[in-house]
Amino acid sequence: MEASGIRITQHPILDFPERRKVKFYWEGKELEGYEGEPIAAALHAAGIKVLHKSLKQGRPRGFFCAIGNCSSCLVVVDGVPNVRACTEKLRAGMRIEMQEGVGPVPVSKE
Amino acid sequence: MIRTELAIVGAGPAGVCAALEAASYGVKVTLIDREQWIGGQLVKQTHKFFGWYEKSAGTRGVVIAKDLAVKVKANPDIRFMGSTEVLGYYQADGVLLLETPQGIQTLKPERLLVATGASEKMILFPGNDLPGVYGAGAVQTLMNVHGVRPGKSVLMIGSGNIGLIVSYQMAQAGVKVAAVVEALPHIGGYAVHASKIRRLGIPIYTRHTIKEAYGTDCVEGAVIWQLDDDWQGIPGTEKQLDVDVICLATGLTPLCEFLWQAGAEMTDIPELGGFVPLYDEHMETTAKGIYVAGDAAGIEEASTAMAEGRLAGLAIAYSLGKVPDHEFSRKRQDCLKELAELRAGPTSQAILKGLAAMREQMGKQARAQTRKKVRS
Repeated sequence: MEASGIRITQHPILDFPERRKVKFYWEGKELEGYEGEPIAAALHAAGIKVLHKSLKQGRPRGFFCAIGNCSSCLVVVDGVPNVRACTEKLRAGMRIEMQEGVGPVPVSKE
Repeated sequence: MIRTELAIVGAGPAGVCAALEAASYGVKVTLIDREQWIGGQLVKQTHKFFGWYEKSAGTRGVVIAKDLAVKVKANPDIRFMGSTEVLGYYQADGVLLLETPQGIQTLKPERLLVATGASEKMILFPGNDLPGVYGAGAVQTLMNVHGVRPGKSVLMIGSGNIGLIVSYQMAQAGVKVAAVVEALPHIGGYAVHASKIRRLGIPIYTRHTIKEAYGTDCVEGAVIWQLDDDWQGIPGTEKQLDVDVICLATGLTPLCEFLWQAGAEMTDIPELGGFVPLYDEHMETTAKGIYVAGDAAGIEEASTAMAEGRLAGLAIAYSLGKVPDHEFSRKRQDCLKELAELRAGPTSQAILKGLAAMREQMGKQARAQTRKKVRS
């Protein structure tokens, strides 16, 4: 579900062309976003702001810089921890989880 | 291992202008950026640039970015590697380690230009780590690149040009800006930008700052208050704002960790945004063959970044023996003149002071090196 009015459809200067919608999962819940947009943009558009819990005190964290500098938005994608939600591109079927602290040890594919 | 004459880290205004300049003398350039696009932060700048830089005056950043990208792609001497992050630099071997979409690769350049830009500064207040507290650049990226509004109602901290411009851009995108606060007794940015947002009815509170952000899991509101002449909050002047976003436009700092790692001498110059490398009139750092340009060399505007990029590109081509002496000295003068013009305004006084401080340290460094050589 998309939070109402959060996607810009009309803008005085910019055009936002139609993109392909894909399904993905946040904490097991099915959501929709645009293929190729950053995970953080898709989640934000779905009204999800808390992406990470801090290392020591478990405080909620969202994105801050949105361009890959600050590591405030680390999430677990398909079992791989420490993925920056603000730069990682959304793909169909991605399973994204909120990361607690350093996150889980990645699951081996073998 | 990939070999190249010049590797440029960062395809923003500085990096791209350096690439085009160096390639115009036949230098083989590898231009690297972690994003898939060319233009760096210009791609989210919908405002028009001012009349200082002749070629870009009155042009929107997004348009400059497109123009630069076309020129880079049409140039056979520039290889653009997008979606590629530089993981580190091996000083002893002069080798860069890259993470590309095809996996890890190594790159050995004859010259290296670091044009990595800047990152946003954070200020201290209770609740500043809550989701909903975003850098102004982040808000621009979210809105202007990805088409997603940051929230419903925003408190902007800082009335420098970035704070004013991003406030206006939020209004354009249909986001309510509840207020702009500025700790200084006057508005930091240009009057033309301030007027635009005042006309929209957005209040600008000078001598005010944020007291706290509150909310359980994310920002649900903010309290602002007035500051006295000692920069302390005045009890009883608090105003509560019902906002879901707090946007920080409190300055930038050079993103130059990579230069630390490469062994360049660094120095803390507050007027330039924090630690910057020492560099000479050719934009070369104290690490031989490693150059710097743009915000990584000190926080300024995109127009100065472009001029510095051209100067670095020219100097690098010259150091590789590709530019005749007379042409180099003529073109170098042009670049220096352009930079001087860009820094002629009253707002550039601090920058000039910072640059002078950096140059003084560079001079000391160079003299010490000469003495060492004479003795040995």
